[in-house]
Amino acid sequence: MSLRGFSWSRFIAMVVKEFIQMRRDRLTFAMMVGIPLIQLTLFGFAINSDPKHLPTAVVTADHSVFARSFVAGLAHSGYFEIVQDLETESEARRMLDTGEVQFVVTVPVDFGRKLLRGERPVLLVEADATDPSATSNAITALVTLGQTVLNRDLTGTLVALQPRQPPYELRIHRNYNPEGLTHYNIVPGLMGVILTMTMIMMTGLAITRERERGTMENLLATPVRPLEVTIGKIVPYILVGYIQVSLILLAAWAIFEVPMQGVALLLLCVLAFVAANLSVGIMFSTLAKNQMQAMQMTFFFFLPSILLSGFMFPFRGMPQWAQAIGEILPLTHFLRLVRGILLKGNGVAEALPHLWPIALFMLVVMCVGLKRYRKTLD
Amino acid sequence: MNDDAFVIDVAGVNKSFNGKRVVRDLDMQVRRGEIYGFLGPNGSGKTTSIRMLCGLLTPDSGRGTCLGYDIIRETAEIKRRVGYMTQRFSLYEDLSIQENLDFMARMYGMPNRRQVVTDALQRLGLTDRRRQLAGTLSGGWKQRMALAACMLHAPQLLLLDEPTAGVDPKARRDFWSEIYTLAATGISVLVSTHYMDEAERCHRLAYIADGRLLARGTPQQVLEAAGLTTWSVEGEGLQQLAAQLRDLPGVEQVVPFGATLHVSGTDAALLAQSIAPYQASADYRWSAARPGLEDVFIQLMEHAQDNGA
Ligand SMILES: Nc1ncnc2c1ncn2[C@@H]1O[C@H](COP(=O)(O)OP(=O)(O)O)[C@@H](O)[C@H]1O
Ligand SMILES: [Mg+2]
Repeated sequence: MSLRGFSWSRFIAMVVKEFIQMRRDRLTFAMMVGIPLIQLTLFGFAINSDPKHLPTAVVTADHSVFARSFVAGLAHSGYFEIVQDLETESEARRMLDTGEVQFVVTVPVDFGRKLLRGERPVLLVEADATDPSATSNAITALVTLGQTVLNRDLTGTLVALQPRQPPYELRIHRNYNPEGLTHYNIVPGLMGVILTMTMIMMTGLAITRERERGTMENLLATPVRPLEVTIGKIVPYILVGYIQVSLILLAAWAIFEVPMQGVALLLLCVLAFVAANLSVGIMFSTLAKNQMQAMQMTFFFFLPSILLSGFMFPFRGMPQWAQAIGEILPLTHFLRLVRGILLKGNGVAEALPHLWPIALFMLVVMCVGLKRYRKTLD
Repeated sequence: MNDDAFVIDVAGVNKSFNGKRVVRDLDMQVRRGEIYGFLGPNGSGKTTSIRMLCGLLTPDSGRGTCLGYDIIRETAEIKRRVGYMTQRFSLYEDLSIQENLDFMARMYGMPNRRQVVTDALQRLGLTDRRRQLAGTLSGGWKQRMALAACMLHAPQLLLLDEPTAGVDPKARRDFWSEIYTLAATGISVLVSTHYMDEAERCHRLAYIADGRLLARGTPQQVLEAAGLTTWSVEGEGLQQLAAQLRDLPGVEQVVPFGATLHVSGTDAALLAQSIAPYQASADYRWSAARPGLEDVFIQLMEHAQDNGA
């Protein structure tokens, strides 16, 4: 494992060999371009970032003109489609649970009377926010609605009640998902997910393939050292990673109109992240007995990465133990980096706290891989 | 390093896989500049032994040196100086001939890589086909290319594991003449094979069966040590004769050789006594034959099996 005796000649031999093999391997090529395209299409296009006509149930315990105006205003905004006018709250809750409706709007008893008295009655809107991108725009519309909807009814002596503040209090409960991600998160986040999957899969096969094809025996018979083999196998795939990143960034900018800032810094962070994932792949391929096992390990790592990194679910919404696992994963930190840099315009100072955990992770994994790399056929 | 020393000198080397002893107490000495044959049937432990010699497997017990370096502690030194040609083709099939040779030359840090590779291609006669993928070569060409690849760094010792298996007779002969040329330049060669006729081409040889070395020495010494007497029979109905002879005392081997039958035994007197009645018959013509290495090896193997069972 020592750096002494590291031979550039042998290292270059590995890199050149891997490049040639990569170029000739159609599957690698397909994975390199195909996976980003498929994932971008699935995640990027399939998600309508501004859905309208969301099914909404209204529970009206008040039949004042104000209540009716409010409900009409909801329907008018285009975001809400009143599918049910219910009497009981429990029925409404059931529909929210089963997903028949996305929103439940409850107009309380005496809404009209309290409004007139200036008591700012509570209007409760419950949203199924499991899919935050589906609800966030509707909720925004709801808030603006409050400013204006009742102005027509509040005339004459009631003008005094016309809002600065809306004459009622709008209380919004985002059920199931307190954080509320926006769709901008998806495409940059997708970059991390795609890199995790392809990088680990490609290098995961790297050493098992040598073993299965019998070329490992020749390789081990040469004076090559473990470090030369592992780094030699990592370097060519860093380039693959960059090709993928370019593809995704291009798509994010041109098709999804994600704001782009600090691309140079981002590309630097990509290096750390890609190298970390490649080390995981190499480690897996030293552990796996065959290519099938390497694949299984890849998915074993991929799932928690997707689930616990904040890509699927908002990080702060997860239980403590899940957050703890998430903090270890490179994808978690990479997502924060990408979102921070691209969307918030973060600089080096803000990036560093997320860079070192990735570097540390890589170092540990690399050491495990080198330790597990067998210099004999035993 | 002592110049007179053996290039390979190991003693008491053992190796087991999953509790099965594959190599037992291997003792082997190979002198500088000699072609040493390593013979034995499939699965007898030849490959395992060779892998231990060049540091690809760690012996369970035993000790020894290869080119003066310890086979357990100094494997890195050994790998740098030994050319090992694996039994199964283990270069990259998706790389061209030239790319493979380039790879190997870089692996051994050859300072004049281009020249070395160009020369090797020329010697192989593959200069025109250097861009062809290795996977598309025929068996014989793959062997020659593999030999060229493990020779690039001018090793002092070649370990060739069944280099001629599955190769046509012409290519086999060419291969052996190449090995002779190499040996003449002072390179030592350890070559494993299960072709008996190749045994005779070696300066010295060792015969291994079921992990045990059963014989070694020059071909002449091995023949003499076996103390085998062999008779050759010609005539009609040799099949029936073979069946009858097999059960007689002193007859240890009855092997058909084309139109003749080889009848062998270690106890010459007992053998002569047993076959005497058949020698009197006019149907068969008997003559004393010189036992071949093949007879000896079959003899040794059957003995080993009897003892093992
Ligand atoms: N890596 C291994 N794991 C388990 N068994 C092995 C391994 N390598 C060889 N063997 C067994 O050891 C025996 C000797 O094999 P080998 O040395 O390849 O024989 P040979 O080269 O003479 O044909 C065989 O029975 C083989 O199945
Ligand atoms: Mg073998």
